[in-house]
Amino acid sequence: MNSATQARKGLSRKAKENLIAYSFIAPNFIGFSLFTLVPLIFALVLSVLSWDGSNPIEFVGFDNFVRMFKDKTFWQALQNTLLYTAGVVPMTMAAALGLALLLNQKLRGRNFFRTVAFFPYVASLVAVAAVWSFLFSPTRGPVNQVLHMITNLPVSKLPGWATDKNWAIPTVIFFSIWKTMGYYMVIYLAGLQNVNPELYESASLDGAGAINRFRYITIPQLAPTTFFVLMILIINSFKVYDIFITIFAGADNVLSGTTRVLVYQIYNAAFRSLNYGYASAIALVLFLIVLIITIIQFKGEKKFGE
Amino acid sequence: MSKSKKAAVRIILYLLLLILALVMLTPFAWMLSASLKLSKDVFLFPIQWIPENPRWSNYSDIWSKIPLGIFIANTAKLTVIITLLQLFTSSFAAYAFAKLRFKGRDLLFMGYIATIAVPWQAYMVPQFIIMSRLHLNNTHTAIILLQAFSAFGVFMMRQFYQSIPDELCEAARIDGMSEYGIYAKIMLPLSKPALSTITIFTFVAVWNDFLGPLIYLTKTELKTIQIGLRMFISQYSAEYGLIMSGSVIALIPVLIVFLSLQKYFVEGVASSGLKG
Repeated sequence: MNSATQARKGLSRKAKENLIAYSFIAPNFIGFSLFTLVPLIFALVLSVLSWDGSNPIEFVGFDNFVRMFKDKTFWQALQNTLLYTAGVVPMTMAAALGLALLLNQKLRGRNFFRTVAFFPYVASLVAVAAVWSFLFSPTRGPVNQVLHMITNLPVSKLPGWATDKNWAIPTVIFFSIWKTMGYYMVIYLAGLQNVNPELYESASLDGAGAINRFRYITIPQLAPTTFFVLMILIINSFKVYDIFITIFAGADNVLSGTTRVLVYQIYNAAFRSLNYGYASAIALVLFLIVLIITIIQFKGEKKFGE
Repeated sequence: MSKSKKAAVRIILYLLLLILALVMLTPFAWMLSASLKLSKDVFLFPIQWIPENPRWSNYSDIWSKIPLGIFIANTAKLTVIITLLQLFTSSFAAYAFAKLRFKGRDLLFMGYIATIAVPWQAYMVPQFIIMSRLHLNNTHTAIILLQAFSAFGVFMMRQFYQSIPDELCEAARIDGMSEYGIYAKIMLPLSKPALSTITIFTFVAVWNDFLGPLIYLTKTELKTIQIGLRMFISQYSAEYGLIMSGSVIALIPVLIVFLSLQKYFVEGVASSGLKG
């Protein structure tokens, strides 16, 4: 290490300490700055350029943004992403909280059920999406077969799930809830461990029933956890892409007007149309949305921390 | 509460558990069952959960239909290299952030924290341009460089190191141990829980990564299990039985790793939730 030799030449102790510290950080920081920091700054610059990667770069000012605001597919994508977020966030939260409350009870085999609830979160998306698209296949899938048996409606009158433009977003919402609620359940379970059990005891002594205890103790005590889950869920649903591709797209990875999402627009503009500038303009919108949510989260956490 | 009311509550709770198990496990059970059927029998209704003549050959045919072995080897290679790099570089950097004083420490750390919140999708395009300029398109190196230096790993390790008393390092310094020695001989052995958490998070992230390999790996022989399996599904969309056997095979490694390291995973998720 040349820091050692320099030190012998009379480098101050402080400088030597700095060098040692930098040597610890360097392996990570070099990779981190090259492949995260630089692209991040690059992304901002790109949004005011027009470039396909080979022809000369052109400065276009806000043209990319003007084009984006006129682009019908961008608005479709934003609308679908918002719809998906509006469905996924409250329902996943409710499901995760319900699961956590249930699996926080002293029940037989609760560890097994925790594992079962969590496993879809780590399961390979492509594999579970494949089984879902079979289960929800409109004409032959077991889900519609069962619905047919119960309702006696012809299959053509039943929801077409992923292939039905009215049911497409709800289908992907169900899938997402099923796949990720176990993750948020774990966060809620951790939050529940922090609720002081004495609060429940004194409330019981005061004659509070289960519903009141839930409303006046559990809900307020879980507020920081709920807030955290809410923020992470919103951020994650704005970043959605792979679930939509695996549920809706064919071999060409193309999504239609009813199923395209923000990240799909970025991907398309960059890797299909080779318009890096335009792609970065859309990416900036995603970045700003996430940034605003993060700032809210930061402020909120300070409030809860007090 | 009266005894009978208590019993009723317990019955309801167990019923809820039963519904939960059904909802979560039915897709996997159906997958397993379909993976042992002829494609023409997969959708027969009522469902025959245990096939009369299980078609075990689905599990051998899939290997010749697609280079599943190569896909698995590629994914395993990427997972191992990325996880090791991730463990080394983040535990190393985090030591400086947690236990050393130096110029620019807080500023640098703020830089790391700030990027955790930035969605990767917002800068994946310029990242791709940089990789292409480095001629790394269609190489595993691109995927490795993309994922090996995460800010999240540094953050997690630093949080953990901060829970280890500084006096331990001070004592070692007085004994004449170098900072590298303290890192290797004292801190690393103590941080097994954090290292395990990072291991399983990275494993799951790399094994299940979709968009990264989709952008960078277009050559079949480089593909990972996720996009390889997806390629098969879209090419042979009517081979239901084989698609399901391929899916089961893709799930097995995750299941094994998950079951053996589950404790650390759950603790990791829980602590990230508490810390925020």
